[in-house]
Amino acid sequence: MKYTEDHEWLEDNDGVITVGITGHAATQLGDVVFVDLPEVGQTVSKGEEIVVIESVKAASDILSPLDGEIVEVNDALADTPGLVNDDAEAAWFFRMTTTTPEEMDGMMDEDGYKEFIGD
Amino acid sequence: MSDPISLPLADLHAELGGKMVPFAGYSMPVQYPAGVMSEHLHVRDKAGLFDVSHMGQVVLRGDGAARALEGLLPVNVVGLAEGRQRYGLLMLPDGGVADDLMFANRGDHLLLVVNGAMKHADMEILRAGLPGLSVEMLDGRALLALQGPLAETVLEAMVPGVAAMKFMDVRSFDWNGADLWISRSGYTGEDGYEISVPVAQAEAFARALLASDDVMPIGLGARDSLRLEAGMPLYGQDLTADISPVEADLGWAIQKIRRTGGDRAGGFPGADRVLAELDNGPKRRRVGLLPEGRAPMRMGVMLYGSDTATAPIGTVTSGGFGPSVGAPIAMGYVPDGTVTGTVLYGDVRGKRLPVTVTDLPFHQPRYKR
Repeated sequence: MKYTEDHEWLEDNDGVITVGITGHAATQLGDVVFVDLPEVGQTVSKGEEIVVIESVKAASDILSPLDGEIVEVNDALADTPGLVNDDAEAAWFFRMTTTTPEEMDGMMDEDGYKEFIGD
Repeated sequence: MSDPISLPLADLHAELGGKMVPFAGYSMPVQYPAGVMSEHLHVRDKAGLFDVSHMGQVVLRGDGAARALEGLLPVNVVGLAEGRQRYGLLMLPDGGVADDLMFANRGDHLLLVVNGAMKHADMEILRAGLPGLSVEMLDGRALLALQGPLAETVLEAMVPGVAAMKFMDVRSFDWNGADLWISRSGYTGEDGYEISVPVAQAEAFARALLASDDVMPIGLGARDSLRLEAGMPLYGQDLTADISPVEADLGWAIQKIRRTGGDRAGGFPGADRVLAELDNGPKRRRVGLLPEGRAPMRMGVMLYGSDTATAPIGTVTSGGFGPSVGAPIAMGYVPDGTVTGTVLYGDVRGKRLPVTVTDLPFHQPRYKR
C-alpha cells in the first residue's frame, strides 16, 4: 500500500492500481453523502480533479494520483456514500492503469504516512 | 482580521472534543466527535445542547420603547403581551433587511436576540433609531439552546415550571441562584428552549444538562442542517441587505396592523417597497428546492429554466444534505409565481441537474403551542 500527501491510498495488483482515501481523510471530511465518480475509459492526468466527494460539511475533490486511464469505478459508493466513513480502506473509488508506474516508488509507505499526519 | 474571541464555554467545548472554527468573530464548535449527521438526528430524536453565546442579547428600556421599536421593525411590537416573544426584522431604508431577530416583552424592558455577526451593526441602527431609549448589549450572559422532543422533560427536571410554557413564552427562573431567562423557541424546527444564563453559572448549567443521557452537545454544522430542514432563513445567505421580507417569504411576520389599511400601517424603513410588494407581489421569492439524485446544491448554484437556457432565473442561497430528509435539500430565490412542482436546472460543476421547486419546510415543526 502506498500513500499520497492528498490522503489517498494506492494498491497495485499487477499494474491495476486501486485508489481510495485514508481513514484519516474520511474522519476529516465527516459524513460523506455524495460521491461523483469518473467514467470508465477516461484518460486522466496526475493532479486532475476526477472525483467529487460531498460531506455534510462541504465538497472536496480527489485528484488523480498518476497519469493513466480509469478501468473500473466503485458504483456501490454512488448508492451508499457512507461506506467511506464505515471503512475507508475498503471503500475504493476507482481502479486505473498508469503510464508512470515508477512514480509510485516515491510515495509514502504506511509508516511514512502515519508520520505525515502526525499519528 | 483579529483572532477569534473565546466564548464562556470554550473549556467545556475543548473537553467535549469540539472542533473549533472561527464564526462571526468567535471561536465556535462546528461539530463534536459524533459528527454532524449523528448530532442532527439526535436533536430530532432526543435533545441537543447548543452554545449560541455569540448572539447579541440587547435590552431596550424607556418610555414608549415598544412604539419606538415599531419605527425600525415592520411588526406589531406594541401588541406583544408581557411574557411573550415574537420574530422581527430590522429594516434598511431601501426595504432590505439589516438583520432578523427575536424580541420579547419582559415587563419593564424589551429583550432582543440578534445574530452574532450583525450585532455591532445592529447596535448602531438601534441607537440611531431609538433616541431617548436605553439600548444596552449585555456582555455578562451566555446563551444556550436545548432543542428536541425530550428537551421539555430534561429541563423540567432541573428547572420546574418550564413544561407549562407554550411556544414563544418567555419567563425568568432561578436555578441554584442563577437568574435564567428562558424562552420556548429555537432554530431547529423542534420543541425546545433558549436559555440566557449569567456567565458565572453558564458552565455549571451546561454540564448539568449534559449529565442527562438524552442530551448531546451539538455544533454549528448540525445547527445549519436542522434550520435548513425547518425552512428557516440564515441571515447573510437567505436574507441580506438586498432582500426584502416579502421576497424572503416572511410576509407572515408582518402583522395586519402594520400593513396597508392597518391602524399603524407602514412607518418603518423601506415601508414603501415592503407594502407595495405585499399588495402586488415581489419580483422573486424564496422557495424550497429538492435536487434530484444525491448531489447537494450548495449556496451560489445558479438556477436555469431548462438544461440549455443561457440566462439564470434564480440562485441557491442555502443547500446541503438533509439528514432527516435523507436527501439533498436547498432553498433559494426564483421568480415570484413559480409554482410548486416546477422543475428547474441547477448548474453543479458545469452539469445541469434537475431540481424541483417545493414548499418549505422540509421537516414539519413540532412546537408546543
